[in-house]
Amino acid sequence: MSTKVVKSIREAIALTGLRDGMTVSFHHHLRNGDYVLNMVMEQIADLGIRDLTVNASSLFDAHQPLADHIRNHVVTGVLTDYMAAGLGREISRGLLERPVEFRTHGGRPSDIASGRTPVDVAFIAAPSADPMGNCSGKYGKSACGSLGYAAADAMYAKKVVVITDGLVPYPLLDWSIPEIYVDYVVEVEAIGNPAGIVSGTTRITRDPVGLVMASYAARVIEHSGLLEDGFSFQTGAGGASLAAASFLKDIMLSKGVKGSFGLGGITGYMVDMLRAGCFQSLLDVQCFDLQAVESLRTDPRHQEISALHYASPTMRSAVVDSLDVVILGATEIDTDFNVNVHTDSNGYIMGGSGGHSDTAAGAKLAMIIAPMFRARLPIVTDRVTCVSTPGRDIDVLVTQGGIAVNPKNGVLAQRLKDAGLPVLDIHELKAKAEAITGAPKALPKGDRVVAEVISRDGETLDRIYAVPEL
Amino acid sequence: MRRSMLFLPGNTPNMLVNGPYLGADALILDLEDAVAPSEKDAARLLVRSAIRDMDFRGCEIIVRINSIDTSFWQADIDAILPQRPDLILLPKSGSAQDILTADEYITRTEERLGMAPNTVRLMPLIETALGVENAFAIASASPRVAALFLGAEDLTADLRCQRTKEGREIEYARTRLVTAARAAGVDVYDTPFTDVNDDAGIRTDAACAKALGFTGKASISPRHVEVINQVFSPTMKEIDYAYEVMDAIRLAKEQGRGAIALRGKMIDAPIVNRAQQTIAAARELGLGREDAQ
Repeated sequence: MSTKVVKSIREAIALTGLRDGMTVSFHHHLRNGDYVLNMVMEQIADLGIRDLTVNASSLFDAHQPLADHIRNHVVTGVLTDYMAAGLGREISRGLLERPVEFRTHGGRPSDIASGRTPVDVAFIAAPSADPMGNCSGKYGKSACGSLGYAAADAMYAKKVVVITDGLVPYPLLDWSIPEIYVDYVVEVEAIGNPAGIVSGTTRITRDPVGLVMASYAARVIEHSGLLEDGFSFQTGAGGASLAAASFLKDIMLSKGVKGSFGLGGITGYMVDMLRAGCFQSLLDVQCFDLQAVESLRTDPRHQEISALHYASPTMRSAVVDSLDVVILGATEIDTDFNVNVHTDSNGYIMGGSGGHSDTAAGAKLAMIIAPMFRARLPIVTDRVTCVSTPGRDIDVLVTQGGIAVNPKNGVLAQRLKDAGLPVLDIHELKAKAEAITGAPKALPKGDRVVAEVISRDGETLDRIYAVPEL
Repeated sequence: MRRSMLFLPGNTPNMLVNGPYLGADALILDLEDAVAPSEKDAARLLVRSAIRDMDFRGCEIIVRINSIDTSFWQADIDAILPQRPDLILLPKSGSAQDILTADEYITRTEERLGMAPNTVRLMPLIETALGVENAFAIASASPRVAALFLGAEDLTADLRCQRTKEGREIEYARTRLVTAARAAGVDVYDTPFTDVNDDAGIRTDAACAKALGFTGKASISPRHVEVINQVFSPTMKEIDYAYEVMDAIRLAKEQGRGAIALRGKMIDAPIVNRAQQTIAAARELGLGREDAQ
């Protein structure tokens, strides 16, 4: 074989020997701009293959056509780390007979590597690739930066198909995935819509409540005892998390703290922190904006890592094990500090753990930022609808109305009190919010399990039930 | 201590419930410009319930009612006064007579409710050329008046000039209001800075107001609150100097000396007054020495 290039996705599918009952996998680096999952599944359906399991690192609203493939029994199993609200709603209404299996960004590649969830064919969208399958996310019109979530799929799937809209002459240097794992390469016109792949710029929030929370979050880190030379940090791409990073940057610069590394989904704000000298390096499993993509391409201190390296609980070590502080979100948190990021206030699936549980477990300080109430509902409940991350891994909850520290971390509570921060018991926070919103009635629970939440250690952490029709 | 006063629309529940967490010393719950005429009754009920039921965590509560040339203001007072807000902000205050008109109605309402006289204080909002010229008469029209408040947006419309960030067009009104308020023995508050995205501009504008003698400054954006608080808080240098002044006085008294000098400068009554004010402010903010009187 002179090259691995085949004419079409359809031909590649046929060559892989894909047949009924197998598992196909996809990564989510093209996020809501991804065309590849839909293009591949359409060909699979057309070829008459049925009863497939889709193992996707995340599913976005762009992947809504998957619902039809489920209805038509092309797909009968779904494994993912995150599911956006559109598809989530259909799953919550009982679309799929077999429960969806939710894993974490570390648990998924770990289970692929161990063979617990084997992949028959991995379809890897690649913004640039050469005819032998060396591929990268850093170059091309659909550049997305890191391809970290595709690495385990490439290494452990029985067959690997690279799908690219940026075919370049052999050899593509600076690859993310080398040719040694790749069986076939397909060139298509477009693997995604650049507008949905990365945002132009991610912005910090202008919301005053978000800024109050962000300011508290930065001060919690300042007084945590962890903010010293060698400090490492991860934050999300949400407005308040970015604002916290921005406040933290000011604190680090004013105190002259030289951090070690910034981790995670990387945004322009983390790149700014790198360039300002807050960190020596960025470890990047996923880029969230164009500035991050540009930095990954040009700055040798900005290093791509695989999801295995990021967060796998079964590798000899992973970066999350060396992490000092992570800032995370929550749709709900209960008085035992269990966090829900899977379902909304009506019990519908609208998210997933992603790296939430992995970083919470690894970091020395896992902080949740959330408002005391969203619309009519208090954020603190007696019991979360779904346990996404167990309370034992959460250290502190930051809201605009005060800061609750997990009682397991009494030293931290005292440090924050000494710093003059408004520390209170999580039950007090709950009461304060309920004084305004009232205590919500418990959600009616359906009797059918529509999803299982599997912890990074492989245990069933919780089950998500169908939302009964009202 | 009232350094920052944050306007919150009276018809927006989400803003009201988050108000106490935004760092302002005082909240102005607005029934006037932020609320369309068709929404006045709803806002009145919402503000009334908010004051009655919410924990404002020590924020002072000010309600901006509608002006006395509208048909809303008496109903505003009827609804709000029983909840005992700290202050009523009276828009378009143009003359002493305007204050007397509002004062009379508030007095009658207080009597009817069995409240002590002057429980709820009045803050005239000066936002017309006439109001500026009558500022001293307004400030001294009634013991109920606690402070003057400059509203530059309406004022510049009345003056037929452009409102600018630099604010040269309101220099006269600012100095006039400060002088009138101080002459009448009441506080005085500066107009909001309206560009919510200009972080440097708000600091300059607040520092200008402080330099002219304003007690504090209002804001329409929560994002300006922290800067206003910083600018209108005494600096550590000012606090240290104030304690030095008081120490020097104490020492002179102990030694039976009359004239007192500190760093070669005579300490007279105004310097002592200012030192006392600075220390009082510092103590309220939890700054400076704990033992000093």
